[in-house]
Amino acid sequence: MDGIHDFGGKQGFGRVLREDDEPVFHGRWEAKVFALLGAARSAGALMNTDQFRHAVERIDPVAYLSHGYYGRWLGGVENLLVEAGVLKTEEIAARALELGANPAWTVAARPFAEPDVVDYEGEISGSIRPLVTKPVFRTGDRVRTRSFGTAGHTRLPAYVRGREGSITAWHDGWVLPDSNAHGRGENPEHLYTVVFSGTELWGVESEPGLAVHIDLFESYLQKT
Amino acid sequence: MSEHDDHPASQQSIRAEAIESLLIDKGLIDEAAVDEVIVQFNERVGPMNGARIVAKAWKDPDFKSRLLADGTRAIEEFEFTGGQVEKLVVVENTPEVHNVVVCTLWSCYPWAVLGLPPKWYKDPSYRARVVREPRRVLEDFGVEISASKELRVWDSSAEIRYMVLPEPPSDGENQSEEELAARVSRDAMIGVALL
Repeated sequence: MDGIHDFGGKQGFGRVLREDDEPVFHGRWEAKVFALLGAARSAGALMNTDQFRHAVERIDPVAYLSHGYYGRWLGGVENLLVEAGVLKTEEIAARALELGANPAWTVAARPFAEPDVVDYEGEISGSIRPLVTKPVFRTGDRVRTRSFGTAGHTRLPAYVRGREGSITAWHDGWVLPDSNAHGRGENPEHLYTVVFSGTELWGVESEPGLAVHIDLFESYLQKT
Repeated sequence: MSEHDDHPASQQSIRAEAIESLLIDKGLIDEAAVDEVIVQFNERVGPMNGARIVAKAWKDPDFKSRLLADGTRAIEEFEFTGGQVEKLVVVENTPEVHNVVVCTLWSCYPWAVLGLPPKWYKDPSYRARVVREPRRVLEDFGVEISASKELRVWDSSAEIRYMVLPEPPSDGENQSEEELAARVSRDAMIGVALL
């Protein structure tokens, strides 16, 4: 989906701000989000990482920018818990009010009323799925990426769409997130590392000597 | 921009507590799980793992070639626990090439060897800018890369994870592997610091 999360190449964000002596967690609640994810898994509300990533992409876009990393995860896990029927938005809101929430605060979660049915978790753990089909591309091939996005989850960022690059590595078969996130099966595909020159991505304004490498699935690519 | 400008952490912490307490009511969450998470990421995984790999690669040319050829297999001997990396690709900084790692769509990061990512790695600014103007981003970190060097950015868009093998410090030749490991910073293994 063309969501707010697809940041690559966006301008205007300003300096990268570092924190001195940054702690692993800034508060106990950040670690708590991991525990909530574990509970969502146990309750059957979370079946795979691709589904979770898509749940985070679907949160309120303003919250995505302002709630921080664990705030985004929290919105994603709330989406999944509500969509699976484990919790209701109203009961979460009521409990939050009891605990001191301000009713004017933006809630990150935006659960779908008719969510995907994701009841599939692969028998083999991880995402590597060696394929018997031959890869379409070889190292050194010139390829062009698909020009358009999709409504659902994808790992083809907007900034490399419709661009020409070269295959630098082939990684055999991997679970396709575009399909797995929605419970439509693993549909593994060959995965490649593709390099794009700075000028192909950013034109004459590109910094000198820039080469962006990115891992892309076979169905994202076509021969030039 | 700071991610907390308009929203104090209390907003998220209250929502998290509300969800947790409802899950406790329903018997769906283990209250001790939070402590386990804190121990896991504070003590068991962190950049000290990656630093040991880097120092060994500097001292042992045979290990270094195995590491660059197949990072996943090469690090098996360290027996790191917690946080799996299905496929680790290690990219080497040289006098001709500087590498830097990002995940523009999410915050994908090699947890098993570097621990949890720092906040800036997950923030919009780094994710947006480093694929477009990496040299200017590196200036924010106080790092200048000469215009004659190739700058390779690695956008971790699938499940493969990337780690940078930095150039060794020029005065480290007589140091032990352990002493060298102590000098390897997390930022150098992401590619935003030099040693």
